Amino acid sequence: MRSVMSNKWVISLYILPALILILLLIYIPIVLTGYYGLMDWNGIGKMKFIGLENYIELAKDTKFWQSAWHSLLLGLFSTLSLVGYLILSLILASKIKGANFLRKIYLIPMLLSSVAIGQLWAKIFDPTNGMLNRLLVLVGVENPPLWLADSNIVLFALFIPIVWQYAGFYIIIFYAALKNVPEELIEAAKIDGATPLQIAYKIKVPLIAGVIKVMVILAIVGSLKYFDLIFVLTGGGPNGASEVMASYMYTEAFSKYNFGYGSAIGFGLLIICLVATWLIQKLLNTKDVDY
Amino acid sequence: MSVIMLVSLALAGCSSSSSSEESSSDGKKVIKFMHLWPEGSSNAQFSIVKDIITEYEKEHNVKIETEILNPDQYREKLKVLASSNELPDIGMTWSDGFIKPYVEGNMLAPLDDIVDGDADLKDAFIPGVKESYAVDGKTYGLPLELNISYVFYNKEIFKKYNLEVPKTFSEYKKVVKTLADNGVVPATVGAKDGWPASFWFMYLADRIGGPTILTDVIKGKAKMDDPAIVKAAEEVQNLVDMGGFVKGSSALSNDDAKGYFMNEQAAMFLTATWELPNYTTSPDVKQEFKDKIGYFKFPTYEGGKGTSINSYVGGPGVGLFVAKDSKVQKEAKDFVGYLVKRWGEKSVTDAGVIPATKVDTSKLDLAPMYIEILKDLGEASNVTTYFDTQSSPAVAELHHDLMTALFGKQVTPKEFVKQHAEELAKEQK
Repeated sequence: MRSVMSNKWVISLYILPALILILLLIYIPIVLTGYYGLMDWNGIGKMKFIGLENYIELAKDTKFWQSAWHSLLLGLFSTLSLVGYLILSLILASKIKGANFLRKIYLIPMLLSSVAIGQLWAKIFDPTNGMLNRLLVLVGVENPPLWLADSNIVLFALFIPIVWQYAGFYIIIFYAALKNVPEELIEAAKIDGATPLQIAYKIKVPLIAGVIKVMVILAIVGSLKYFDLIFVLTGGGPNGASEVMASYMYTEAFSKYNFGYGSAIGFGLLIICLVATWLIQKLLNTKDVDY
Repeated sequence: MSVIMLVSLALAGCSSSSSSEESSSDGKKVIKFMHLWPEGSSNAQFSIVKDIITEYEKEHNVKIETEILNPDQYREKLKVLASSNELPDIGMTWSDGFIKPYVEGNMLAPLDDIVDGDADLKDAFIPGVKESYAVDGKTYGLPLELNISYVFYNKEIFKKYNLEVPKTFSEYKKVVKTLADNGVVPATVGAKDGWPASFWFMYLADRIGGPTILTDVIKGKAKMDDPAIVKAAEEVQNLVDMGGFVKGSSALSNDDAKGYFMNEQAAMFLTATWELPNYTTSPDVKQEFKDKIGYFKFPTYEGGKGTSINSYVGGPGVGLFVAKDSKVQKEAKDFVGYLVKRWGEKSVTDAGVIPATKVDTSKLDLAPMYIEILKDLGEASNVTTYFDTQSSPAVAELHHDLMTALFGKQVTPKEFVKQHAEELAKEQK
């Protein structure tokens, strides 16, 4: 066995299928996207090579940087909401009544398609007939905000369904990580007289720091490339107030038939995500706490 | 041994992919037809097409295979097929700005020979409609649908507040004021999608600046910052300020907005004749609601250049194309001619859709609204095709965004025209 596993050719053979898959589905399309970004192409006719013109225009494009800013805001908000998820998971992981049931409820949004969630929240946010404004009017608010129609608050209004959509995902992972904290440590702390709050803050959280770090990266990168609910609920409107990089890329490529520029945007999105990931790794490089 | 197996596998794979699907097993020619009327959501249109195909197959030695998608999926798939040069033999297309890239990419066959060679088709099309599918004088699509827009209104609500159908814009504003004062939404509009809002803008531009002004702007013969167009944008915002539209319209899609009218929360809805089945024949809408609905033509503007109330905003819907590389071009073209003719005869009665060919109403048993509207079409002085259909995809997209912003008061009328003018200038260079 050892001779087989240490044989370089055999190792390469074992890696080969997955490697080919990743190359074909991920790396080669990335290179191709960057390549298409060098072209002027309407998706139907011939491609025209225009060099770095698209990329230069991208760097100067205020709409793109605005959409990047919105994506970043989304990322920040998602990271903040991680705190909320963590607290929820801490509560659920302790043996309170109904924890099992609550966990299952939190997972439900994950099972719904983004389009279904979009339709649901569109009805909730409807300025006149929606559940939200009807409730506000009932408690006496005279002129409730127009939510998705108001360009000042549309992005913040959108955060709610987005956070709601992925809550289950993060909660489940935090919960699993928390369950892995050895019971003996918790009991020892209890014997020493630690309050539940201290246990949570000083013991559980540091021990799952690795998982938290990964979740932060997932949250930020996921938010940077987020598309679904933005597209379904507002299409990036009103007038670009809720545009994010992915929706801007879609509009340029598929609605304006500007595939060259759209590819450049996609490539720009990739670069920004890579930079963000590298920055986060640097910032969060605390040593993993070992017990 | 394994090498032989590999080679034979490869050979088998190659031969099966190169065998063309032009002839089915019994030697008949196969025509691939892709359309956008699924059985579930566009049942009436679907049934008409199915019947016509069955009729045609009985008389001709061909097999017609259909692939059906809903309109949005259809648009996406068509783009993909075009870029890999695999268009179906017959498909559907929209006019003007939509069909142009396909023609310039050399993907469609000219269809003038179908029309010229058939006595029934030669003068059958309503003037101007077929021309929306022409590039450089050659026709690449034969239209199947034509729609014009009206202000549909709830007669019961009007009666309740003693309102008369407005003939001029100042009369219209009085109607709006009365309704708004009484807490009724005067008009509903789905400004999120941009194009429903565009109807209001286009009509005002027509009435203030004359029927050809917007077409001239797109073709480069006039400027977007013409005072008449700025005034049209201003009047739109005046209506918004007066409370003339449903609150938060810039967040409502056309379907969301339509709900307000169908629920009788809004008194008026400016939309096109594709909605007619909901006000006449559709079994899904209550008859008592249908009886309350009437329509009026968009009012004229005092002192405006567009004096004809019979000038409409509208346009062709989908049309049929034949792929240039089709291996069964002759058979496909023959079927297209047949389909257009039979469609024209059946579409109004069976689907409530107005065809692009002239309809002889004397022989048909139609709901009264249809008869009036077909009569209007005969007397129409002009039909201006929708702004977003006439312009290029990039300008159309910008127009949608700016219309949403105009209704949401996020852009001033001057900014509105300025951004249009800049984008148009970029393209006309």
